[in-house]
Amino acid sequence: MESAVRLDHNHELTVKDLPYIVLWREDRCKRCGRCTAVCPMYAIEPSVVTRREVSSEEASPTPKVTRKTVIVVRQTTDIERYCTGCGACTLVCPNDAIEPVFNPQHKFLFHKNPGGHPYRRGGRRNDPRESTLDHLKFTRISMLTDPALDAGRHEFRIRTYLGRILSPEEMPLRVKDGKLEVMTGNSRFVPPVREIYPVMIGSMSVGALSPTMWEGLAMGITYLNEVDRMPVVMASGEGGIPPRLLKSRFIKYFILQIASGYFGWDEIIRAIPDMADDPCAIEIKYGQGAKPGDGGLLMAEKVTKLISEIRGVPQGVDLPSPPTHQTKYSIEESVAKMIQAMSMAFGFRVPVFPKISGTRTARAVLNNLLRNPYAGGLSIDGEEGGTGAAYNVSLDKMGHPIASNIRDCYLDLCRQGRQNELPLIAAGGVGKKGGLAANAAALIMLGASAVSVGKYMMQAAAGCFGDEMNRCNVCNIGKCPRGITTQDPKLYRRLDPEKVAERVVEVFRSLDVELRKIFAPLGRSTELPIGMSDALCADDADIAERLQIGYVC
Amino acid sequence: MCRLAAITSNEYLNPMECIGALETMHEGHDGSGMGLVLKNLGGELAEFSDYPVLSGICSKDGLYTLEEYLFHAGFRLKHQWRPALKPVKGVKRRDHYFAKVYDYPEEYEDRSREEKEELLLETRLTLRRMGEANGSITVFSFYPDIVTIKEVGDPLQLGEFFGLTDSRLEAKIIFAQGRQNTNYDINLYACHPFFIQGFGSMTNGENTAFVPIREFLASRGFAGYSGYVSDSEVFTHILHYAVKKLGYPLHYYKDVITPLGEDDLKRREDSEALSLMRVALRPLCIDGPNVIIGFTPDGSCFMVHDAKKLRPGVVGGVRGRVGLVSEECGLESMIPERESAKDIFPMKYDMVIVSPGAQEVRVWNQLYGWTTIMN
Repeated sequence: MESAVRLDHNHELTVKDLPYIVLWREDRCKRCGRCTAVCPMYAIEPSVVTRREVSSEEASPTPKVTRKTVIVVRQTTDIERYCTGCGACTLVCPNDAIEPVFNPQHKFLFHKNPGGHPYRRGGRRNDPRESTLDHLKFTRISMLTDPALDAGRHEFRIRTYLGRILSPEEMPLRVKDGKLEVMTGNSRFVPPVREIYPVMIGSMSVGALSPTMWEGLAMGITYLNEVDRMPVVMASGEGGIPPRLLKSRFIKYFILQIASGYFGWDEIIRAIPDMADDPCAIEIKYGQGAKPGDGGLLMAEKVTKLISEIRGVPQGVDLPSPPTHQTKYSIEESVAKMIQAMSMAFGFRVPVFPKISGTRTARAVLNNLLRNPYAGGLSIDGEEGGTGAAYNVSLDKMGHPIASNIRDCYLDLCRQGRQNELPLIAAGGVGKKGGLAANAAALIMLGASAVSVGKYMMQAAAGCFGDEMNRCNVCNIGKCPRGITTQDPKLYRRLDPEKVAERVVEVFRSLDVELRKIFAPLGRSTELPIGMSDALCADDADIAERLQIGYVC
Repeated sequence: MCRLAAITSNEYLNPMECIGALETMHEGHDGSGMGLVLKNLGGELAEFSDYPVLSGICSKDGLYTLEEYLFHAGFRLKHQWRPALKPVKGVKRRDHYFAKVYDYPEEYEDRSREEKEELLLETRLTLRRMGEANGSITVFSFYPDIVTIKEVGDPLQLGEFFGLTDSRLEAKIIFAQGRQNTNYDINLYACHPFFIQGFGSMTNGENTAFVPIREFLASRGFAGYSGYVSDSEVFTHILHYAVKKLGYPLHYYKDVITPLGEDDLKRREDSEALSLMRVALRPLCIDGPNVIIGFTPDGSCFMVHDAKKLRPGVVGGVRGRVGLVSEECGLESMIPERESAKDIFPMKYDMVIVSPGAQEVRVWNQLYGWTTIMN
C-alpha cells in the first residue's frame, strides 16, 4: 500500500515557497537544453510528462482522448537546488522562453537549513532599501560669489593620501636662508605616505575570485596607472598574489592583505628580497563588514593547484581563517605588534593599516591606533559590505552602517585635532544602488580619506548577477554562473579578463568624471573635500541629526 | 563680492584715503558694512605704540562691564580715542565706539612679548564672550599699535559718521573693506579685515573649503582660532598659524594655501620640504576663488590669489606709498601719480609682498622665485 506521504507530497516544498519561480513558456521553447545545462543550481531540469488531450473533430461532440508524452522544463522544489534567480537560463535562451521571477511570498529562510546547517551564501546584506548614503545629497552649490567650476575644463586634483601623516608641528622642517628644508640626521621618522586615487578596489582574494576575474581587475588598475595616470590601487584579500606579480614592478599598485590565516605570507616574505618595488601598503584584516566575528573560508573545491601554490598549502583542503589572530592576546597588542612587524619587514617604507568591521567600538580602535606612530590608517568595512562566503544571519543582521561609523570616527579625530594624521578608509555598500560617485563623495565629505569598493566592481566590471533580493549570491559554492567567484575552469573560462579590464578602466574613467560633476558645483577642485560636511544634506531628519549635517526636504 | 582697499606708506595717512578708494568700487559692495584696520598709528595715538589698544563697540551697560573687567584684570587706561560722531541718515548709532589704550597689568611689565600677546588674546576673547549673548560688548582687536573700526553701512557714509576726515586718527598701514554681505546675517564680527596677534587680512570671494579648514584650525589647541562668523576669518588664522606657530617665512603662506601639484613641485629647490608640507597641511588648502590682502607684525603687506580667481586684484604705487586693491579704479583713486604700466596683477602662482614702509615690492612666484618690481 502507498504511504500517505508519497500520495500527497506533504513533506515537499512547493515552488511558492521558493524565492524565485521559473516561468517557462512551452510555446516558445524549442527544447534546446541550454537553460538546464547552464543552471548552476540544477534548479531546472528536463522532464518528461504525459498529457491527456480531449479533442472533437465532428460537428457534434465526439470526444476523443489521446495521450501524449512531452518534454518540459521543470523547476525542482528541492531546497538544496533552489532557483537563485540568477537568470543564466534567460541569458542563454534563444527564444526568450524562460525567466526566473522573484516571489515575494517565499518562505526560503524557513527551510534553508537542512541537516541543521544554517544558510550560507555570498553577496551582501539582503536589504533592497536605499542605504543611508543614498539619502544624502550635495546641496551647497556655489552660486553667490563663486561661479560654479567647469567640470570638463577646470584643472582638478582628485587624489588622497594613504599612510600616517605627521602633524604640521612634528614635521622635521627648518628654515635656512629663507627656505624650508628637511632636517637630516637625528630628526623624526617620517612615515611613508602614498598618493592614490580616493576610490580603491577592496580586498578580494585570489581564490575567492576566479583567475580570470582577478587578472582582469589587476590588468584594469595597471592600465589606469600606466596609461591614464590614475593611481588606482587594489587590495589583494587574504592569500597572497601570484609570484610573478609579487616580483614585478606592478606590485606598487597592490595592497597586500594579511589576515588571521596568514595564507600566502610564506611566499610573500620569501619574495621580499626579490621585489622590484614595494607594495602600495599592507592591510591587516581584523574584521569584515559582511561577517563580523567570522574568519575567511576558502572551500576545498576552490583550492586548486594555483591557489595551493600561492597560499603555500596542500591542494583540495578547506582553508578556514580563524575569526581572530590566534597568536595575539588582544586587538591592542595585535595591532601594535603586527603593524610594527609588517613595517619592519618592508623597511618602514610601506604604510601598514588595519581593517575592521564597522562597529560601535570603532572609535576605541581608532584611538588605539592614534597612539601608534606606525599605524598608517584605519579601514572600516560597514555592514553592507560583500563577501564570498558567510552565514546569512551574519550578512543580514551583524555589523554597523558605514556612514555614522565614519562620521563618528572623523569627528573624534577633529576633537583631537588629528583629522589629517590617520586616514580613514570607508567601505561597505558603496555604490549599492549604482551611485558609486555620489556614495563615495558623500563618505569623503563625512570624513573618509578614501573609499573602498568590491561588490560594485564585480557587478559593474563583470556583470555579477547578485543583488539585495538574494539573486544568485552563490559565490560560496564555486558555481558562479558569470565565472567571477569560481575555480572551475568550465565556469571561469566564460569570463574574458580583457573585457573585465576594459570595464574596470571604463568604470574609473566615468567615476572620475562624475566626481568632478559633484565637486565642481561645490567649488572644490584643488583638494579632496574631506570632511566638507556643509556640502551634504540628508532628506531624512533623523539621518541628518545623527550625522550632524543639514536636513532638506 | 566685497571690495578691498589697502595702502601701506612711509608716512601717516588719513583712513579716508582707503574709503575714497572703496567709493570708486561702489558697484561691488552693498553697504552692508565696512571694516577698517589701522596699523602703525599716528596722530593722537602715535606716542602709545608700545601699549595695547582695545577697539570695539559697547552699549552703556556693556561699557561698564568691560571697564570693570579690565580694571580688575589689572589693565590701566592711558588714553582713549572716541570718534566725534556725526548723524548720518541710514547709519544707526550705537552707544560707544572706542579705541582705548591700556597699560599692561603690573605683573606683566617684565613678561615676554609672547606672554603679553597671550594675555591680550585671552582678554579679548573673554570680553567677546561676555558681550556676545546680548550684544553689549563687541571687541575687534586688543593689540599694540592697531585700531579697528567696523560698522554696518556704506563706507563713505560711515567715514562721515565717524568724522574720520577731521579726526586725528592716522596710520601708515590702512586696510579697508566694503562688504557685499555673503553671510546670512549682518554681523559685525563677520566684517573684514580680521586680526590676530599682529596678523591681519581681508578677502573677497567665497571660501568653499571653509568647514574643513575651520575644523582643522579650531582643533589646534589655540584659543585664538575661534569665532568664524565669516568664512574668510580662517585666512587670517592660516597666516598666523603658518608664520607665527610654524615659523615659516611669509612667502610659504602661498604654498600652504595653494600648494603646487606634484609635477610642478619637483621643480622647486625645496621640493622635499614642500612635499611634507603639502601632505601635513592638506586641510589648509583653500579652494576659492579668493584674493587675500594681508599684513604681518613687521608691517609687510601682501596680496595673494588662488587659481580660481579669474579677475585678480592689483598692486601698484610709488616708492613709499603702495596700494593693494581689489579693483584697478581703487588704485587709481588712491595713487593716481604712479606709473600704471608697472601695476602688478598677481596670477595663479604669485604672491606680491610689499616691504614695511612700502620701500620695496617683490613678487614671489611659486615656480620661478623672486622678482623685484620696485625698490
